Amino acid sequence: MCLFCVPMPYIRCVVWIMSVWMWKSPEVLLYCRCSEGREPVFISDMASFKPTKVQFLPKLGEKVTEDTLYWKNYKSPVQIKEFGAVTKIDFSPLAPHNYAVTASTRIHVYGLHSQEPIRSFTRFRDTAYGGSFRGDGKLLVAGSEEGLIRLFDISGRVALRQFTGHSKAVHVTSFLSDGFRVVSGSDDLTFRVWDVPSAVELSSITEHTDYIRALAPSKLNPDLFVTGSYDHTVKVFDMRSGSSVMTMQHGHPVECVLLYPSEALLVSTGGRYVKIWDLLKGGQELVSLKNHHKTVTCACLSSVGNKLLTGSLDRHVKVYNSSYKVVHNFDCDASILSMAVAPDDEVVAVGMTNGVLSVRHRKHKKDKETLTSRRRRGPSYRVFVKGKNFVPRQDDFLVSKPVKQYLRKYDKQLKSFEVSKALDTALQTWTRTSKPEVTVAVIIELNRRGTLKNALAGRNEESLTKILNFLLKHIFDPRFSRPLLTVGDIVLDLYRQVLHQSPVVERQLQRLMEVLGREAELQQELLQVLGILDTLFASLTPRKEVAALAALPVDQGPQLQAA
Amino acid sequence: MVETSDIRVVRCGGSKVNLTPPIISSDSRFVLCTSGDLVKVYSTRTEEWLHSLQGHTNQVTGITLNPANHLQVYSCSVDGTVKLWDFIDGILIKTFVIGCPLFAIYVSEKHTGVLFLHVSMATDSKNECFQLVSVHLPKSAEQEVEAKEMSAVSSHISKNPSCTAFGRGGEYIAFARHLQLNVYFFRKQKTYSFSLKATDKKGAKNAFTCIACHPTDDCIATGHEDGKIRLWRNFIHKKEYTYSTQHWHHNAVNTLCFTPEGTHLLSGGIESVLVQWQYGAGNRKEFLPRLGGSILHISASSDGQLFCTSHSDNKITVIESSFKVCGVIQGLVKGDAVLTDLMIDPRSKALVLNGKPGHLQFYSLLRDKHLYNLDIVQQEYIYEAGLDQFEVVKAAFDIKGSWLATVEERGKKSSDLEFFLKLWAFDERTQSFVLNTTITAAHTDRIISMCFSSSEETTMLVTAAEDSQFKAWCQGADADTQQDQNFWSCDFVGSYHKLNPTNCSFSADSSLLAVSFQEVITIWSPDTWEMLTTLCQPPGVIRDLCFGRLSCSKYLLGTTTKNLLCCWNLLTCELEWSTSVDVSKLQPDPFSENVAAFSYQSKHTDLFVFKPSEPRPLFTNKNVCSEKVHRAVFVPREEPLNSCDESTQWLNRSQLYFLTQNMDLLTFSTATEEDRMLSSSKQLVIDDSVAVTPFYLLLGKHRQQQQKLNTQSHPVSDKPQQTQGSVTIKELLHTPAHVLPAASVLCSMFVNSFLISNTGVQQDPLREEMDSEKEEEDSEEEMEACDSQQELRAQGSVDEVTPKLSKAQERELKRVRKTDFSWMAGLIDSKP
Repeated sequence: MCLFCVPMPYIRCVVWIMSVWMWKSPEVLLYCRCSEGREPVFISDMASFKPTKVQFLPKLGEKVTEDTLYWKNYKSPVQIKEFGAVTKIDFSPLAPHNYAVTASTRIHVYGLHSQEPIRSFTRFRDTAYGGSFRGDGKLLVAGSEEGLIRLFDISGRVALRQFTGHSKAVHVTSFLSDGFRVVSGSDDLTFRVWDVPSAVELSSITEHTDYIRALAPSKLNPDLFVTGSYDHTVKVFDMRSGSSVMTMQHGHPVECVLLYPSEALLVSTGGRYVKIWDLLKGGQELVSLKNHHKTVTCACLSSVGNKLLTGSLDRHVKVYNSSYKVVHNFDCDASILSMAVAPDDEVVAVGMTNGVLSVRHRKHKKDKETLTSRRRRGPSYRVFVKGKNFVPRQDDFLVSKPVKQYLRKYDKQLKSFEVSKALDTALQTWTRTSKPEVTVAVIIELNRRGTLKNALAGRNEESLTKILNFLLKHIFDPRFSRPLLTVGDIVLDLYRQVLHQSPVVERQLQRLMEVLGREAELQQELLQVLGILDTLFASLTPRKEVAALAALPVDQGPQLQAA
Repeated sequence: MVETSDIRVVRCGGSKVNLTPPIISSDSRFVLCTSGDLVKVYSTRTEEWLHSLQGHTNQVTGITLNPANHLQVYSCSVDGTVKLWDFIDGILIKTFVIGCPLFAIYVSEKHTGVLFLHVSMATDSKNECFQLVSVHLPKSAEQEVEAKEMSAVSSHISKNPSCTAFGRGGEYIAFARHLQLNVYFFRKQKTYSFSLKATDKKGAKNAFTCIACHPTDDCIATGHEDGKIRLWRNFIHKKEYTYSTQHWHHNAVNTLCFTPEGTHLLSGGIESVLVQWQYGAGNRKEFLPRLGGSILHISASSDGQLFCTSHSDNKITVIESSFKVCGVIQGLVKGDAVLTDLMIDPRSKALVLNGKPGHLQFYSLLRDKHLYNLDIVQQEYIYEAGLDQFEVVKAAFDIKGSWLATVEERGKKSSDLEFFLKLWAFDERTQSFVLNTTITAAHTDRIISMCFSSSEETTMLVTAAEDSQFKAWCQGADADTQQDQNFWSCDFVGSYHKLNPTNCSFSADSSLLAVSFQEVITIWSPDTWEMLTTLCQPPGVIRDLCFGRLSCSKYLLGTTTKNLLCCWNLLTCELEWSTSVDVSKLQPDPFSENVAAFSYQSKHTDLFVFKPSEPRPLFTNKNVCSEKVHRAVFVPREEPLNSCDESTQWLNRSQLYFLTQNMDLLTFSTATEEDRMLSSSKQLVIDDSVAVTPFYLLLGKHRQQQQKLNTQSHPVSDKPQQTQGSVTIKELLHTPAHVLPAASVLCSMFVNSFLISNTGVQQDPLREEMDSEKEEEDSEEEMEACDSQQELRAQGSVDEVTPKLSKAQERELKRVRKTDFSWMAGLIDSKP
């Protein structure tokens, strides 16, 4: 069963069901692309040695697109330890784009590139929740476990206002877009709107029947906001009417709601599902995505191209493209509770249950250049191009210099039939670890020449461990497994008599046996699943009668032509 | 049944040039080699084939220079004659009839008028006994002489001609057989023999493989099967002989050769490395590696400046004494077996088949010349006996020649089969094929059959393999890759009851695909991949499969292993007709409805050419050859013949080439074609500069007159007579307009002539220019004349004659005109 030799729809289906397993099949078809155009091979070059061909085998699965390149372009994450689970991250809309991180009883404000908090708000008696900035970035509002809502000035320490009224924990708070009102959702099933200057409650609405855990105010209309609750509903409220104007059934406890900047689309996450709703069509469900395998806790939009990002308890952040296909995946150490993307996608900040805030910064070209310029030492570019761009005059007599063929070290050794040395060269640490395909190419070449046994024979413990380590690492890689199995066979044949003399080699062989046993089991299961799939597909395809004989599309064109 | 006399089977180009050692003429200008029943003469400088010595009626087995006259060459052949040629002019001087098949020829300067020949003891063919005989050549003036004076030198010699050699000054002759070396001394009339043990302690094989004698020293060099070279000395005494051993080759030494001065010994074997041993300096040696196939023969020119090696891949390499390759003469490589089908490259119309290991060769049948090799495997070839290496086993072109698919395979003997399917795109810029996609595991078992869809719009490749599946491959079918779409991937996998497919074929318009699974033929629609119908004619597995073309496109032909040739009508899906013939190869002609079928019956092959719609064959030829035919191809003609005879009509648009099991490439030639070739060659012989266009006729006549005049007065002088020139122009102007070329062609010349008179320079430059222009035409015409096939067509077209001048050239011309040539006028006036 090869992967690429079966038609695409079939394959997609298989891959869908068993995404990772499939790559383990040894007979997976591999493509090799000829990256550079080879010059035509004529008789003239018969006297030159043909170097070992290293097959470039791209890994299957991930296709490189512009999106993946864009999202890959982040540095490795910076880890900041907080005091408890990070429940909310919010970026300031103003220029330095500081961000407020709500964790445990504190709210820390970090600068974009600092790892120490610029400012912290610590006046909470119990756990703080949902710290979010006002549209001008000067005020910050946060709820807390005890039901109090506090309003802070960014430059001050003490709360400017305290709104009391909720009887249970307030998990979500936010400013409405006019900036004078605060809306908050609480576990007491109500949400309330507060007036900031006077600190009085303007209204209190109880429509949800379970905890309110998600809130998204509209940026275009100061009277609109969207709430999500554990009662599986998403509601749109209009303060002018004082009640909900739209209700959508998510089907799972809603963890997060998000409005697109155009506010025509609404994202709600809950359970393993991410659903997109079209508000202009009266709340019709557009797409339902199921890419996580645990509850999706947070969602946000990138500011370049409005790509959707979702984070989940399964420790993954997924990035979707505009047709809602996953284009990239960030892996984290723990379950993700909150996430935010800075304007211009400069920073992706992710908060996790273990209290770690992981911050990824974007790579810039400038950084790379400074790195490389520092590294380069030695003759300048001019030395190499000297005389290269000399244009001969018309009546100059040209004496062409034969082009020297540069060979790799292992090729030189192969050319002079030094097979053991060539294998040693190919097994050097750097090649072995960073370019295993080169090592395997040399092994294949030796096998083709019928000298693999000679190359493997007569080795001491140290060089044999090298080979066995390489086998352990790559023997189940479908790209390499076939030649490496031959190597394994030959090694066993050659050293059977003396294996017990070295405990190191013996241990490695034990491990090799375990690895192969596991692999064999996996293969068997795989074949079983394939068998199931085959029966399913066979039962799905409709039975067709043999087409009527006269209807055969033998065209009459050639006949006419001949006539 | 029409038994035709005007169609005959012709052995066409590409016979072996490596059968015997090539010889270099004493002035090092020519290389002579045997090629089938010809001796071919090549130039060492340009590697061009100059002419051939034609006259033998069977395989030529040996050539050697006449020691008495270095411009003459002896050749011997299986037809029992020895011929003496003047190889520079290609004239047969004498024929000596010996009467029995000859296998090798040796001469020596000391024995003038005596030839030494290998003769087969004709008693029984099973245990081959060869005899070395000396023949005294009778002196007579006649063309054909019978030479009867034979005396045996030795019976029981090796059949390998390189196991016999003349010693110093022809005093003795050394020959070896199995483990015995014999030296025959002419003066003593005695044979000394020295033998080696069957194997020594290490189990090495000691049998002799070749012999060379030192030209000035009493020393015999022998090569052995285990790669050792032994140098024998002191063999004049029967008991006290000595030998020294040198070992570099790891397999049998195929050939040995001393340089004429005796300073070096050259040896070669399967490694394809030419080794030069310094004589008397022990182990000092030089190497010339990677020459091509394994070295079969080495020969040196008499002045020691050039060496020639002939290789197993039908190639002769010319090597300078400084160990540099200076020329390659390549014949059609046929190797042990032709694994791919015979194919025609749609672009170059060259014959394509697998050539040297891992390569596809492109061979021009028209010019009988090897064009180039395409490296398919792209790996270093290791010359080692018994090593299993990648071979190109399948290849296919699409209809436009822009795609080439190849399958290379390794490990036929061992259990793990490795193979790659590669797709090559034609690159317009380099005019060659460039690797596009490599598919490492296209199927789980060997690919049996492969074909491209023949439609113009979309190219699709179908491969059928022993894993009971067939797969369709399309370019860029995988929609997810966004970057480059021009790679190939799988589009469809089909199978039928887990039966192994045996063949696949597309219909002419590629609207149908037929795949045969054992006894059943399935018909598929490539657009929807729906199986339309199945056809079956039970006894026997389907072997060949082809659709009819043009007016017969509703027919499908198939042959089975149980000697059945079936024709189905696809409109009714019924068997139209079937006959009981053992067809070994079914080949449709891509340009007509005709189908050629080779059948093998009772030790000879018959050919039938028929239309699927007609029950009677168009042409039948019994006993085409005595071997089975497995490969055949129709090659389109450059220019269609217009024969009306019913039996030759099928050869009008294309020519049928086929390959027998003995690797002979044969074809059919018709009487009309031969007539044409004969006439064209006659024309060439009569007059090289024969007029082709009316314009050229006009000027050419005068040119001839001029030449005559020139030869009378001063042969080398290029200066024309003034009066002659003006006559030419006058005649040009007085010729009727309808035979003149287009006015636009002549216009610039005339305008220019007026320009010159304006500048005030005398008429000589004009004349000179005219002359040079004529010369240009002349050379062009000569080139055209070479192409004898083109000639008739060229007569029709006139407008290619005068080359258009570019602006820069015109400017240059003007500048030349402006220069003062008055000094020349003085010269001319003074001379005649």
